[in-house]
Amino acid sequence: MAEILTKSRARNIFYGGSIFFVVIFVLLTVQSHRFIVKTSTAGMELSEAVVLGKHVWERNSCINCHTIHGEGAYFAPEVGNVMTRWDVQDEPEEAYEMLDGWMKSQPSGVEGRRQMPFFDLTEEETRGLAEFLRWADQTDTQGWPPNDAG
Amino acid sequence: MKYQSQKVAYAYFLCALGLFAIQVLGGLLAGWIYVAPNFLSELMPFNVVRMLHTNALVVWLLLGFFGGAYFLLPEESEREIYSVNLAYLQLAILVVGTLGAVVTYVFNLFPGNWMFGMQGREFIEQPTWVKLGILVAALIFLFNVTMTVLAGRKTAISNVLLVGLWLLCLLWVFAFINPNNLSLDKMYWWFVIHLWVEATWELVMAAILAFLLLKLTGVDREVVEKWLYVIVATALFSGILGTGHHFYWIGTPGYWQWIGSIFSTFEVIPFFLMMSFAFVMVWKGRRNHPNKAALLWSLGSSTVAFFGAGVWGFLHTLHGVNFYSHGTQITAAHGHLAFFGAYVALNLAMFAYAIPMLRQKAPYNQVLNMASFWLMTGGMAFMTFVLTFAGTIQTHMQRVLGEDFMSVQEGLSLFYIMRFGSGLAVAIGALLFIYSMLVVRKREVIAPGNLAAAED
Ligand code: HEM
Ligand code: HEM
Ligand SMILES: [Fe+2]
Repeated sequence: MAEILTKSRARNIFYGGSIFFVVIFVLLTVQSHRFIVKTSTAGMELSEAVVLGKHVWERNSCINCHTIHGEGAYFAPEVGNVMTRWDVQDEPEEAYEMLDGWMKSQPSGVEGRRQMPFFDLTEEETRGLAEFLRWADQTDTQGWPPNDAG
Repeated sequence: MKYQSQKVAYAYFLCALGLFAIQVLGGLLAGWIYVAPNFLSELMPFNVVRMLHTNALVVWLLLGFFGGAYFLLPEESEREIYSVNLAYLQLAILVVGTLGAVVTYVFNLFPGNWMFGMQGREFIEQPTWVKLGILVAALIFLFNVTMTVLAGRKTAISNVLLVGLWLLCLLWVFAFINPNNLSLDKMYWWFVIHLWVEATWELVMAAILAFLLLKLTGVDREVVEKWLYVIVATALFSGILGTGHHFYWIGTPGYWQWIGSIFSTFEVIPFFLMMSFAFVMVWKGRRNHPNKAALLWSLGSSTVAFFGAGVWGFLHTLHGVNFYSHGTQITAAHGHLAFFGAYVALNLAMFAYAIPMLRQKAPYNQVLNMASFWLMTGGMAFMTFVLTFAGTIQTHMQRVLGEDFMSVQEGLSLFYIMRFGSGLAVAIGALLFIYSMLVVRKREVIAPGNLAAAED
């Protein structure tokens, strides 16, 4: 490396530049936070049922088989758009019934097919889960996924 | 080993190696469930196995970093560690926390309990009490190493290492932040995940690599340290805004598609520099260090990191590509090679260098150790290729043609069988590495090449 780049110059560039990028990142984060709350997820109320559903999703570690908005494990289907795939995104009652039927029929026990465990959920919890998935589905994800297969 | 207190590193390395074994065996089990999906499906479903696999990985890498810091800082600062007892206390907290997390996952204890139940966000599923334990351990650690460094000689290596460790511990605070809004949750989740592996951990990696190369090649410190600052500068300049490559499709604004694509493309640079740095130092180096295995791991780490993080990262980081490949087996391929090259191999390089000294034995079992390098690296490379093929097919069938996830997966079973095979090679390599570190044999399996006299 050229002699103009001394060790102490390199160090100062490291500190100065990093602080610069941290500041930009923080500003963009603030803006993104607002955008998420006010725009991209604002199409449906973040109700108590949705929050309960999110907790049910978390306490059963669904993320370690499924993806949601493309993040998670790759063992089981994407669920960020499952309500669209099932064609019940705009029908809360049907969404609940579909999901309830699905959860209760697990595990399928089919030989050679990936198994989803059985989760012992109350009606309230399953309703919450359905609302949570509808809420996730209405998020503006910039057009992702490319199609309903997720 | 020049300082008595460096000995604490040995305890850290032993715990790390134990968890490494668990991680790899967990991976093997997860890989087997892909091949034979009914296996254990009622007793220990895939999601639990996967948590054990990923959590064991992260914890043992951290233990390796902590141990590495305790080994390296006395030599850099030219003084003993501030408090050896605190270092052992920190380790004890981390071990108890880890065991607690494992028991919680496997037996599904206290479901839904905020303090004691599993938390269910990928990679940071630990119950809150374990997270708090990690926080306390991190604070103890920071106090201990900072006191050590402040009282002694200050070098660029200890400086960068400390900045990296401080920032990574600070970012841990975001592990406690879980907004009810899924998109906000995701955005802040990446503050831990991405800003660890693609910013702060890179600082730790660069510092440890610089230390190892300094010792192994005998190159002038001034040269090493200038490289070090350039490398970490490129890492943070690209990596911070590079977080944007995870903000394409989670509800964040569209401008991230450009910021993320551009800055994460620059993230290749620090990995390229680290690889070049390692090779240039070895060419320039005058010293013929007897610990060939540590050198092999150091060079291997920087090279595989360049391919896993740099090349495989770039492969899917442009938003036009990521639109199709997001969350497929391509992601898994990249995750494996990147983690292996950058952090697994680097830690193993440190172990291979330090453990013989800590046990006050000449470098031993070099040949077995180097064989384990090729087994593991070959296995991971093959696994990456196989998953990349699987992911490419998956992307085409599912994302372009719109075929159903489960039927596409059925068509990929041959690749998953091959992934299991390569995982087997990795697991055997890992056990061989542990054996070569811990079991002292009187002779090498075969005589290694001529060993020049040890200088340091
Ligand atoms: C050593 C450094 C790195 C490690 C350990 C690493 C690891 C990972 C892991 C584990 C994931 C999956 C996260 C999840 O579960 O959703 C991931 C995702 C990703 N990584 Fe890296 N990575 C590294 C560096 C890079 C670099 C340098 C780039 C770009 C040049 C990159 C690009 C990406 C992208 C675009 C994704 C998202 C994939 C998707 O959309 O599914 N990574 N990385
Ligand atoms: C015996 C060898 C291994 C096998 C068979 C294996 C298998 C697996 C499997 C099946 C998954 C779950 C993928 C999914 O969600 O569908 C996984 C995830 C993961 N493994 Fe491994 N693994 C092995 C070794 C390793 C090693 C050595 C590392 C670290 C270098 C590692 C790091 C990871 C990471 C970071 C994830 C999460 C990936 C992501 O979210 O993108 N694994 N592994
Ligand atoms: Fe990233």
